[in-house]
Amino acid sequence: MAPPAQSQKSASPSQPSGKGEVSDVKMQLRQLAGSRSPGTDDAKRELFKKVISYMTIGIDVSSVFSEMVMCSATSDIVLKKMCYLYVGNYAKYNPDLALLTINFLQRDCKDEDPMIRGLALRSLCSLRVANLVEYLVGPLGTGLKDGNSYVRMVAAVGVLKLYHISASTCMDADFPAMLKHLMLNDKDAQVVANCLTSLQEIWGLEASASEEAARERETLLSKPVIYYFLNRIKEFSEWAQCIVLELVAKYVPSDSNEIFDVMNLLEDRLQHANGAVVLATIKMFLQLTLSMTDVHQQVYERIKAPLLTLVSSGSPEQSYAVLSHLHLLVMRAPFIFSSDYKHFYCQYNEPFYVKKLKLEMLTAVANESNTYDIVTELCEYAANVDIPMARESIRAVGKIALQQYDVNAIVDRLLQFLEMEKEHVTAETLVLVKDLLRKYPQWSHDCIAVVGNISSKNVQEPKAKAALIWMLGEYAQDMQDAPYILESLIENWDEEHSAEVRLHLLTAIMKCFLRRPPETQKALGAALAAGLADFHQDVHDRALFYYRLLKYNVTVAERVVDPPKQAVSVFADTQSSEIKDRIFDEFNSLSVVYQKPSYMFTDKEHRGPFAFSEELGNLSIDTELADNVVPAQRVEANDKDLLLSTSEKEDNHGASNNSSAYNAPSYDGSRMVGASQAQQDLVSLDQPPPANVPVSLAIDDLLGLGLPVVPSPAPSPPALKLNAKAVLDPNSFQQKWRQLPLAASQEISMNPQGVSALSSPQVLLRHMQGHSIHCIASGGQAPNFKFFFFAQKEDEPSTYLVECVINSSTCKAQLKIKADDQSTSQAFSALFESALSKFGLP
Amino acid sequence: MISQFFVLSQRGDNIVFRDCRGDVQKNSAEIFFRKVKFWKEDDKEEAPPVFNVDGVNYFHVKVVGLLFVATTRNNLSPSLVLELLQRIARVIKDYLCVLSEESLRKNFVLVYELLDEVMDFGYVQTTSTEVLKSYIFNEPIVVDTDRSTPLGPAALFMQGAKRMPGMAVTKSVVAHEPGGRKREEIFVDIIEKISVTFSSSGYILTSEIDGTIQMKSYLTGNPEIRLALNDDLSIGRSGRSIYDYSGSSGTGSVILDDCNFHESVHLDNFDVDRTLTLVPSDGEFPVMNYRITQEFKPPFRINSLIEEAGPLKAEVILKIYAEFPSSITANTIVVEMPLPTYTTRVNFELEPGAVGQMTDFKESNRRLEWSLKKIVGGSEHTLRAKLTCSQESHGNITKEAGPVSMTFTIPMYNPSRLQVKYLQIAKKTKTYNPYRWVRYVTQANSYVARI
Repeated sequence: MAPPAQSQKSASPSQPSGKGEVSDVKMQLRQLAGSRSPGTDDAKRELFKKVISYMTIGIDVSSVFSEMVMCSATSDIVLKKMCYLYVGNYAKYNPDLALLTINFLQRDCKDEDPMIRGLALRSLCSLRVANLVEYLVGPLGTGLKDGNSYVRMVAAVGVLKLYHISASTCMDADFPAMLKHLMLNDKDAQVVANCLTSLQEIWGLEASASEEAARERETLLSKPVIYYFLNRIKEFSEWAQCIVLELVAKYVPSDSNEIFDVMNLLEDRLQHANGAVVLATIKMFLQLTLSMTDVHQQVYERIKAPLLTLVSSGSPEQSYAVLSHLHLLVMRAPFIFSSDYKHFYCQYNEPFYVKKLKLEMLTAVANESNTYDIVTELCEYAANVDIPMARESIRAVGKIALQQYDVNAIVDRLLQFLEMEKEHVTAETLVLVKDLLRKYPQWSHDCIAVVGNISSKNVQEPKAKAALIWMLGEYAQDMQDAPYILESLIENWDEEHSAEVRLHLLTAIMKCFLRRPPETQKALGAALAAGLADFHQDVHDRALFYYRLLKYNVTVAERVVDPPKQAVSVFADTQSSEIKDRIFDEFNSLSVVYQKPSYMFTDKEHRGPFAFSEELGNLSIDTELADNVVPAQRVEANDKDLLLSTSEKEDNHGASNNSSAYNAPSYDGSRMVGASQAQQDLVSLDQPPPANVPVSLAIDDLLGLGLPVVPSPAPSPPALKLNAKAVLDPNSFQQKWRQLPLAASQEISMNPQGVSALSSPQVLLRHMQGHSIHCIASGGQAPNFKFFFFAQKEDEPSTYLVECVINSSTCKAQLKIKADDQSTSQAFSALFESALSKFGLP
Repeated sequence: MISQFFVLSQRGDNIVFRDCRGDVQKNSAEIFFRKVKFWKEDDKEEAPPVFNVDGVNYFHVKVVGLLFVATTRNNLSPSLVLELLQRIARVIKDYLCVLSEESLRKNFVLVYELLDEVMDFGYVQTTSTEVLKSYIFNEPIVVDTDRSTPLGPAALFMQGAKRMPGMAVTKSVVAHEPGGRKREEIFVDIIEKISVTFSSSGYILTSEIDGTIQMKSYLTGNPEIRLALNDDLSIGRSGRSIYDYSGSSGTGSVILDDCNFHESVHLDNFDVDRTLTLVPSDGEFPVMNYRITQEFKPPFRINSLIEEAGPLKAEVILKIYAEFPSSITANTIVVEMPLPTYTTRVNFELEPGAVGQMTDFKESNRRLEWSLKKIVGGSEHTLRAKLTCSQESHGNITKEAGPVSMTFTIPMYNPSRLQVKYLQIAKKTKTYNPYRWVRYVTQANSYVARI
């Protein structure tokens, strides 16, 4: 409900201004409060309705709070519900009055009707008043044990509400443990689902503060829990299924057989009519198969049809959400979708936001065999009366041309656009022709012939005008009229409002002058004079710069302004591959729709479970190693039963796993991922334990040999020697990491063999240790692994800290280096790089 | 989890406003409405269904002119939220019979009651009309159905002069009938939306059928239902399928590219005899969605011509051929064509004796509009339009106009030939014989002829 008044709303004549009506209602409520005559409830209903309707339109009716509470003594459930609604809305702002409601809510929590118990408990938890939490604990505890599933359902969410009002009360009462018990044992699937969502939120928020919570959060991803949910998946409502699938997507199976079991079990979820279920399933399939290239590709093939069906059933809004995800997949693997290009043709009645996505997909899937069809289709849109659409289509044609397919024909088409003589088409095309010429200078002859015919008066848009002027300057020797067109543009200098155009004009006239001096001299003088007098700082500066340059030496000016150019081979991509991968990791979330990773649009606390943790604090540190061993063993003990139960279910589908839809033809990764290792998906290492000392000593000797081979680009670094036995405890690491400024940050490529060996992080850790660089914490799952390393100088306690994020699908590593001694950070960075680059080499 | 849910009228008034988590500012509805209204000032671009303002994500769907909105600060699944909004609209409609601003305003208490059970603390609990029934105590106040437009696919059956036998599609799931007893009946609608693009020479460039089998049951006691489809139905195109059950590689007459099913549908016998088994829950829901790109015969052929006819004059000729059996009649047909931007006046010339046809020149967006109340199968209709222009065309007038687009509804016709062969209801007693309505309808989605 929208309580406190919106001034603008109450000013509207069509709605009651509030005051008078509210006091009327107040009077009437008071009269009814004590009445027991028949028909009282009906009268109350009418009044309550009035109050709630005022509340909805934004009139403040908090002044009738006590009257509402007085009237709440009733057995009419409809009245009760309205009363709860009202109380829930205003209690937060009237904590004192809220106390009045506690009594009747507590009484209702003990009602014999489970419906009323549930409703009262829900309202009690929704009061959001901090000093009333003491009244919550009792009813919540009983609610969790209630015999009726409706009440337990409400109580499970109630615990979460309590947590948000007072986290300590919730934790002290040990509610999370009770939820966990309920989650793993309750018969009602919705109760189970509510426990899961509440626990995920509570443990997620607690994890940064408490190690125990962090561990509990991890156990949600343990094999027994995941299998428990998977075995019950059909019992859940479609919405709860989404939550479970989201959880399973984060699970790391121990080997490929397990992956296939899970996928075969959930295969039929792809046929669900609810798009959210299908997308959650797809996310899981994609995540599970990331390390298995062949199967990953099979998954792409498999999900095509269901995605296309979802796009074409449902409302435009729903299909937009699905299409955004299809868009992401097409961008990642265009070749898989290249034969489906007709599905991306636009329909005339689709909203622009859908068309825009489709155009981008058409651009992406264009290849030798379909470009002709696609460009023909795009040309239809370019002639469209819908101007934004026409513009986008022309841009799409240009992009395809820049991708190098069949440039010949496309250039002809682009030039035909110019002949259509529609202002927006001409403008868009000019910008493209300019880009095209930068990449394919060999087309200048054809293009210039057509561009030369365009009257500059028909081009008004700054971007297009700038493009035209650029071409006039760049190809001054080929275009007869160039000096004169530029001259006439310079004459109208004052009418040119765009600084961008004026800047281009200056440069173009310079180029023109350098090639055809006699014809241009006068115009150049005029341009420089106008430029010097220009109010725009950049224009002024550029004019002055050119003027002085020419005065100094014309040959130098030529070298600066008009040097021989190389054709551009690739235009810079707008998004780095790292960002794209992050978006992919956040599949089935808003990141895909916005085409931005979540950290760019959400606050930290709302980033949700997918987000990559930025802080060291979220990574588990040393002590866990010991603790992890125990659950791992327990898991193994349970494994057999669990696997049995799923394979029994599978029996109807096929005799053995081999007959399933997913087979790994030549996947041997299963051997690399040791079963027990994969169960701890966070691998943590302490400082080298005593047992390792002899090994590191041996390496110490080798170190002298290893060092001189530092890569050449860095001018032979001062011999930086690292202490092979460096020690740093996690706390001081964290402290240092927080205090020290970033000394270096860079992205380096790793060799693919090294990356493929990464399936088990220990290999890398051992390798780095060989270079006296020690790991203090590591974590993540394919494709993103995160490591924190440290190293110390051999002779002094000066420490280097490194955060290293390795993306195994792009073979890139992101480094962030911090150092006590900033002056040697470069040397260390080089050392680290060389160590990392040797990883995986024999 | 969702933070707030609200429904806004076309003018931006709050009709319903529910705050679930209290972590988004209270004036979010105003912020949202302003943003949607002025998405891009100069362009006519529509706001996308999802956007972010100052860290708050706004999701919205438009249903019968109302805006159903959800806000959150979290990075949720957009599909989930948009699906949910659509589903909330459907549940409300199941209860109120008619979804409109008026019915919502009259029943907002009931709507709040529903929302309370649909979402708790922003987490979805259930959207099943059936499950919700046991939690709902308010009685709907039914608004006059004649004045308000019904919602959803069933609305198709309301169009045109004659109503189909199924007035009852607008019954509330909870309201008591005046007679006291509910009529036992079940509706199964096969609704196909077709998209066709013709090239300028009349060839079919692309065509697609998006179909839904929609069910609405008013049967008491939730009996099991068996729905048999064509025997020769096959799924997956030319070996591209990886379904286990796509036995033959498809010479059958109906080949679906792909399909999906409602939760309640059991597919145990689907491989064998193409029957779907389900216990229909209350309310309206899609049993199955399917998609077909197999070629089919389009119901209409369009012939269009635009040419210059002297200085500052041009002529447009539109011809429509109805290529379906004469026993079938299409209704509410509208043909549209954008004209050159310099068109100033249009004189229309309908064929002699034309009945129920209207023509219009929309000056604001330079569009010709030709609407026909009905077209009988096998017939042919022509429109001539004489244009007066304010300037000479640049020699190629066909580049300045078109394409021609068409919308229509054809009851009792479906181009895919997918059929419900029988609809079996598990009998409780011998005398139990509920009414069964199986209805077919085809609608144009994007029906375009280039010129």
